[in-house]
Amino acid sequence: MEDQEKNQVIIVHSAKYQTTYNKKYLNRKVWEEPNFNLIKSYIPGTIIDILVKEGQVLNGGDSIIVLEAMKMYNDVQMPFKGKIVKINIEKGQKIPKGFEMIEIEPVK
Amino acid sequence: MSLKRNILDLRKRKDEVRKGGGDKAIEKQVAQGKLTARQRILAIVDEGSFHEYDMFVEHVGTDFNMGNKVLAGDGVVIGTGTIYGSPICIYAQDFTVEGGSLGLMHARKITKIMDHALKMRVPLIGINDSGGARIQEGVNSLAGYGEIFFRNTLSSGVIPQISVILGPCAGGAVYSPALTDFVFVVENISKMFITGPAVIKSVLGEDISMEALGGARVHAETTGNAHFFALSEEECFEQIKALITYIPWNNTQKAKAFPPKEPKAKYKIANIVPADVRMPYDIREIIKSITDDSEFFEIMELFAANIVIGFGRMNGETVGFVANQPLVLAGVLDCDSSDKAARFIRYCNAFNIPIITLEDMPGYLPGVDQEHAGVIRHGAKILYAYSEATVPKITVIIRKAYGGGYIAMNSRHLRADFVFAWPTAEIAVMGPEGAANIVFRKEIAEAADPEAMRQQKIQEYKDKFANPYVAASKGYIDEVIEPQETRKILLHALQISAHKDIQSPAKKHGLPPF
Repeated sequence: MEDQEKNQVIIVHSAKYQTTYNKKYLNRKVWEEPNFNLIKSYIPGTIIDILVKEGQVLNGGDSIIVLEAMKMYNDVQMPFKGKIVKINIEKGQKIPKGFEMIEIEPVK
Repeated sequence: MSLKRNILDLRKRKDEVRKGGGDKAIEKQVAQGKLTARQRILAIVDEGSFHEYDMFVEHVGTDFNMGNKVLAGDGVVIGTGTIYGSPICIYAQDFTVEGGSLGLMHARKITKIMDHALKMRVPLIGINDSGGARIQEGVNSLAGYGEIFFRNTLSSGVIPQISVILGPCAGGAVYSPALTDFVFVVENISKMFITGPAVIKSVLGEDISMEALGGARVHAETTGNAHFFALSEEECFEQIKALITYIPWNNTQKAKAFPPKEPKAKYKIANIVPADVRMPYDIREIIKSITDDSEFFEIMELFAANIVIGFGRMNGETVGFVANQPLVLAGVLDCDSSDKAARFIRYCNAFNIPIITLEDMPGYLPGVDQEHAGVIRHGAKILYAYSEATVPKITVIIRKAYGGGYIAMNSRHLRADFVFAWPTAEIAVMGPEGAANIVFRKEIAEAADPEAMRQQKIQEYKDKFANPYVAASKGYIDEVIEPQETRKILLHALQISAHKDIQSPAKKHGLPPF
């Protein structure tokens, strides 16, 4: 991969083509496997309230955080039945998009 | 009053309006490297050809003490003129008058000249330099924007519409340029965004400058909202004037013909393309070796440079070029290049401009980001645009024409009128390396020396399929030509298709994947 970047090569169907990259290509996001055990902020905002404690077990759909963004109170919910493993936020904290707010683990 | 006094009174009134927002406001405008609204119009149109209308229109705002305010021409200049003798309608927002803000009468002036352009079937040029909606006029200013967008849409594909961004153009206002055919921007002067930096910061906490958020370079390079990028207003005006020479007045006309000229001798068509298909070259050199006087008027030069689009002339007549660019990203098709080419193909089709496609591409850009960005629906736009187009469509395959890309780049199967190929063309379902790996997977895996076997099989495949003759044997290619014959043959093909007439099934409108 690094070698490819340095020599500005594009590989299509196993053939290597000598070329140049544009800015957009260089800045493209590399895909990562999503981790469903991390509750990330889908929008930047302010933490209004944290409704859960570490160790607590909740059902899917239970409210866990109130996140204020775009002048709206957004209800952040448990995606599935699980345990709160770690809370990385505090009340009143301003967070960017994609911030890992809470770590959870599934419970059967 | 005697007639003379009447005339003097009229002159005084007009002079008063021409002062716009007054000396102080004009000083501020000039300090930013900007011309005033009327100066801009005069710089674009032929000398002595401009006539201004609605100079004495007054705004109708009454709330928030607006009733006492006098706004010269309500902050916008409208009129008609000519560019190299071609008639045009034009408007320019005047930032010196109340920040060029759009109120009801301001919008009515704009829609008046838009209606005029559509009725007279002549191009419309809009110069945007405005702080946005005039808040004091409330919903009336929103109504004004809506009326403009509606007319942009109604005129789309009937008359050429050109937007010039020479100042801020923010919020809803950006949608008028977005609905027009060509958007011109100037470095450090043009600013376009839906939500400005201040709001973004207060709501989202993201700190970004106006230039980085929606400056000229961003729109020319990253978003693809702008088609032409200039370093100064003067350069921008020259670009507009040049564009006007390439396009017709409306969709029932052809672009003006110029005296034919041979390409310049320095462009030697046979010496541009490297023999190794994996090595790059600049496809624009090929275009310049074909067009009259080696002139090529490139559009969206900085955006998705892996495909090249623009106008040139063949035997004096305007032709649209669509060409893969091996110099950038190996000339692959991807989301952006598909959007760029598809829109241009549709423009050419709407305005009776024949399309010449030069093909040299290995396929679609692989990657999760492309797949997730919707390369399927974006890529489909190229297929749609070529299939739908009824103007003369001619393809020259220079080197690689592999897989889906071969089909997409105006193949015989999408109803190309003529398909030519150079002897260097490789028309195949994929490149030899990929194909050999699949077709001879077993032989390669079981060989004593797999790598040697792979190379042998790649060579075998190359010898058999990496040429234009398999496709030619099926009639998918009309003729295999020598590179130096290209211009002559293209001129002939254009001559033969000059009166092309085909009918597509009647429909209200198609559903292109946008």
